[in-house]
Formats: sequence, C-alpha cells, structure tokens
Amino acid sequence: MDLKFLDFEQPIAELEAKIKELRRVESDNDINISDALDQLEKKSESLTEAIFSELSDWQISQLSRHPGRPYTLDYIDLIFTEFYELHGDRAYADDPAIVCGLARLEGQPVMLIGHQKGRDTKEKIYRNFGMPRPEGYRKALRVMKMAERFGLPVICLIDTPGAYPGIGAEERGQSEAIARNLFEMTKLKTPIICTVIGEGGSGGALAIGVGDRLIMLEYSTYSVISPEGCASILWKSADKSQLAAEAMGITSDRVREQGFLDEVVREPLGAAHRNFQATAMNLREALLRHLEELKREPLTDLLEKRYQRIMGFGAFSEEPVK
Amino acid sequence: MSWYEKLVPSTIRTDGANKKKGAVPEGLWTKCPNCSAILYNTELERNFSVCPKCEHHMRISARMRLELFLDAHDQEEIGQSIKPTDPLKFKDSKRYKDRIGLAQKQTKETDALVVIKGKLNNKDIVAAAFEFGFMGGSMGSVVGERFVRGINKSIEIGAPFIVFTASGGARMQESLFSLFQMTKTSAALTRLSEAGLPFISFMTDPTMGGVSASLAMLGDINMAEPNALIGFAGPRVIEQTVREKLPEGFQRSEFLQEHGAIDMIVDRRDIRAKISGILAMLMAGGFKAEAGTVTETVLEEQDEVPANLT
Repeated sequence: MDLKFLDFEQPIAELEAKIKELRRVESDNDINISDALDQLEKKSESLTEAIFSELSDWQISQLSRHPGRPYTLDYIDLIFTEFYELHGDRAYADDPAIVCGLARLEGQPVMLIGHQKGRDTKEKIYRNFGMPRPEGYRKALRVMKMAERFGLPVICLIDTPGAYPGIGAEERGQSEAIARNLFEMTKLKTPIICTVIGEGGSGGALAIGVGDRLIMLEYSTYSVISPEGCASILWKSADKSQLAAEAMGITSDRVREQGFLDEVVREPLGAAHRNFQATAMNLREALLRHLEELKREPLTDLLEKRYQRIMGFGAFSEEPVK
Repeated sequence: MSWYEKLVPSTIRTDGANKKKGAVPEGLWTKCPNCSAILYNTELERNFSVCPKCEHHMRISARMRLELFLDAHDQEEIGQSIKPTDPLKFKDSKRYKDRIGLAQKQTKETDALVVIKGKLNNKDIVAAAFEFGFMGGSMGSVVGERFVRGINKSIEIGAPFIVFTASGGARMQESLFSLFQMTKTSAALTRLSEAGLPFISFMTDPTMGGVSASLAMLGDINMAEPNALIGFAGPRVIEQTVREKLPEGFQRSEFLQEHGAIDMIVDRRDIRAKISGILAMLMAGGFKAEAGTVTETVLEEQDEVPANLT
C-alpha cells in the first residue's frame, strides 16, 4: 500500500503502479505493448473519474489535507513570477506557518500571504503543520498594512488545520491577534482576494480570510471546527467524523450553496496533487479575473461592498415581537 | 450529600441544577462551587452573586447581568424580533432545532445574546450580555445580528457600547454561518470606532474560542471579572496538543492581565462605578478631532493653532 495515497485512491494507485511497471518492461525489452498500455491508461482515467464522481464529504475533507497537495510555496512558484519573502512581526518572531511577501501576478505586484505546511517531517515541524502562532497573524497584518500604503492588492491563500493551541500562543494573545486581523481587514483600503487552497480550519483560517472575494479550490474545505473536533464534542466520539463532515457542509460545493463563495476553482482529474501545474493555472486564471474586476471598483465602493457583504453573513428569521 | 441537603426537600435542592446551568438557581440555598460554603440566596443576590466567604464570582444570567449593570428606568430591548433558524438542518445526537427549543425553555431567552439600550447613571449606553445557559453562550447568526444592531443603535444615539461575554465560542450547529459571525461582529466594531465611540469588552467566565478571538478582544478597554477563564483554545485541547501540564492559573483573568491582554480586573460589585467613571472620561475628551476630518484640517490649517488648544 502506497502511503502517499488515501485509502479510496488505492485502486488508482495499484493500476498506475502496474502501468509504470509495464512501461519499464516495454522499454527494457524493446517490445510493443503500447496498445495495451493505452487501454490501461484509459481504464485508470475512467476509474479515477468513477471514484471522484461520488466522493463523500469526508473523503473530500481528507483530500483537502492530502499530504501531496500543493501548498502556498508551490503556488508561488507556479503562478507568480517574482517573489520576495518578508519575515517577522517586528515584535516577537517570524512564524514559518505563514509565508508573506511581494510577488508579481502577470506583471501586477501584489502582497501574498499564505499558510504553509511542511512536506517532510522536518519541514512539517518547522512549519508547525501550518498552524500559526500570534506572530504569524501579526506578520500578516503588518504586510497588509504595507500593501495598503503602497496600493498593492492582497492575495491570501488559506490552508491550515487551525491556529496553534499552545501555551505560548495563548500567552502572546492568540485571540487578540486573530480578532485584530478581522477588524483591520474589514477596512483595509486595498482589494483582498482570499482563496482556500486546502484546509480552511476555523478562526486560524479566518484570520487571513476577510476580503472582497472568497474562492475555494474544488477539493478544499472550510469549517468552523474540524470534523474530528465536532464529532468528539457533539457525538462524543472522534469516529463520527464522517457524520460531522456531512452535517457541517464544509466542501466547496456545500459552502457555495450556503452563499459564501464567489467561485469554486475546478481541480484536474484526481485532484490537485495529481497535477500541480493544471491546478495552478486554473487558480491563476481565477485570480487574474477577480483582480481585474476589483481594480475597476473605486476604493470607497469596494470598502462599502466589503462591509455590506460581511453584514449579510448569517441565517435568522425576523418576526414582530408579540 | 451533606446533612443540610437532606433537610431541604428535593424539589428545591439546588446543587445539581446550579452546576448544570451555571445560573443562580431557584430555592433557598446555594452552595458556592469554589469554597463549598452554603449561602442564603437572598443574601447572595444582595451581594451580586459573589460568594461573601471566598469572593468567587458565580455565573449569572444575561438578564441578571444587565439588571445589575443598567439603571432600572428607560430600558429598551434591541433585536428581540431576530430568531434562530436551522440553515443546515443540523443533526447530531439531537436536532439543532430541538436544542434551540430546549435552550429557549430553560433560559426563557430566544438566543444567547440580550441587548438593551438603557442608561448608566443617567447617561445613554447600549449594553449586550451573553447568556451562557443558552447552548453555552455560543455565537450563531442571531448573536451576531443582535450584536450588530446594538452597535448600530450606539452609533445612532452617540452612546458607548459594552458587551459582557460568557461563551464557549462559535456555535458548531451553524457551521460557517457561525464562524463568519466573528467577522461580522468585528467589522461592526470598525464603524463604532470610526464614530469615535468607546467599546468596552467585559469578559466573564468563560470567554473562549470564536468569541474571544473576535469581539471580546477588541475593546478600547478590555476588562474581566476575577478568575474568569479566557482564551482561544480550550485548556484540554492545549494539554493534549503540547502534552505537558498547564501552568497554575493558565488562561485566568489574572494571567491575561499579567500577559498584557486585558486592562483591568473588576470586581462585580464595582462594575457600575468603574465603567461610568471611565466612560465619563472617554466621552469628554475635548481634544477630539471630528471623525474623518483630521488630515484635512491639519493640511489646510497648518499655521493656525487649533481652536481647542487656545
């Protein structure tokens, strides 16, 4: 069993392993089995299509945190042409769980902010599994203010299990750091585009998630609490994560139904981790399009629309008091 | 069960109910959850539900909170007409609808926030209080909307806004609708701030998660009751994550003050006096520039001494 594949991806993994094996046989022995290979590849494709056409919400939740999924730095490589990383919150530390910097998107300079997870064990620990501490959010706010001053649009890539629940994080004001970002992003005088590229984990995601556009990649999720957390509180058992994922409606399509999204960016067959390039190009196209729209808005309109959009969040009924 | 409890008829035994609801129970006696002293309810109420033996601040309902804080006259409730719905048809072991119904029956409130426009020492103020008994004071769409209406009322009448928080955080049953109330409440506070009106955040036990990480930490003045649990992540979650024992007094008001997150700790019996004293100063700053005109004035009248400095 290949650990880089999720359990429901295993049939695809096996078939692909076979194809790879046959290719080697073909090149080693100079025999022609390309017809057979073509057929196998078609089969692999239709198998992937079949599996991905009926993913459960829980499976999508697993895809959103797939260990092979592209992260912020991958998108920076694939979408942006120049990148200067900016470090530190100027008060306490640099938090590697959030990457910030100046970048160019088809020539347009932007301020890029994104959660960053690690690929191997060492980097995972270095990046704290993409769970920011207060200094990460304060660094993000610092560069946002800079973006405002220089008229650069802000692009946020969201991908975190949540803000780090640690002793030091609490001591340094995790709550305040998140709250402050929500407050400041509401009135930041420059366009902000937020995209969930993987895991949109609660307040830790939201703290760089207020803006004029909200986009989600097809197999990303956005939720108030992880399905595991929800299950252990409401069902008293983490085994009920599947039910919790369904109940909360955390997938891109469900979030769109709830009216929060501007766009779902489609991922290539088999999800983003199967094809970084194609995913990045889809995202790039969407970012450019939204940026173009936002550029045309006068700043006062932009801010008023952002405010009204935020005020529209919520589902309640209103009836006269008896 | 102690001897006195056996004497009290079971219908008015209050110990269990008190623990469960965290509100002042009906009946004659209350046992202090901190020092276990047996307290006569009338006396306890006269003492603002603060244990006279150990100064423990017991949890009190939103109504009681506002009753203790506001002048008795000229009260007008805001956002009563806003009622919860179940946008996701959420069901765990119970339906969300049923949980709402049960909470409404238990607390006699329609949701977890009560907002009242009233007076504090005859000065206008809008005050909001979380009802912890209503699904742990969790913040859903109704809480967010009532909070915003309260702020809008403040701006409309030019009065300060105060919130007493008591909440476990976001309301999971409303999923993203609930998460985004963090944005909504924080966003509304930007308008209050631009209007030059004070926002006092008064944190009571407990103030956690999404409520702590939004409106609660955004006060011009952040206050807390003694020994209230305040933080982002719950202590159990942190303990499981870092796998070490949490320091004594971790995430309590005193800890927060020591680490610079709150301005002061205020005894419940002094709240009215202290807040009206602070607000009187904040509302009387004679050097305040008109909102939005600061830069223009400075640019145009560089050579002139501002009128309020002469």
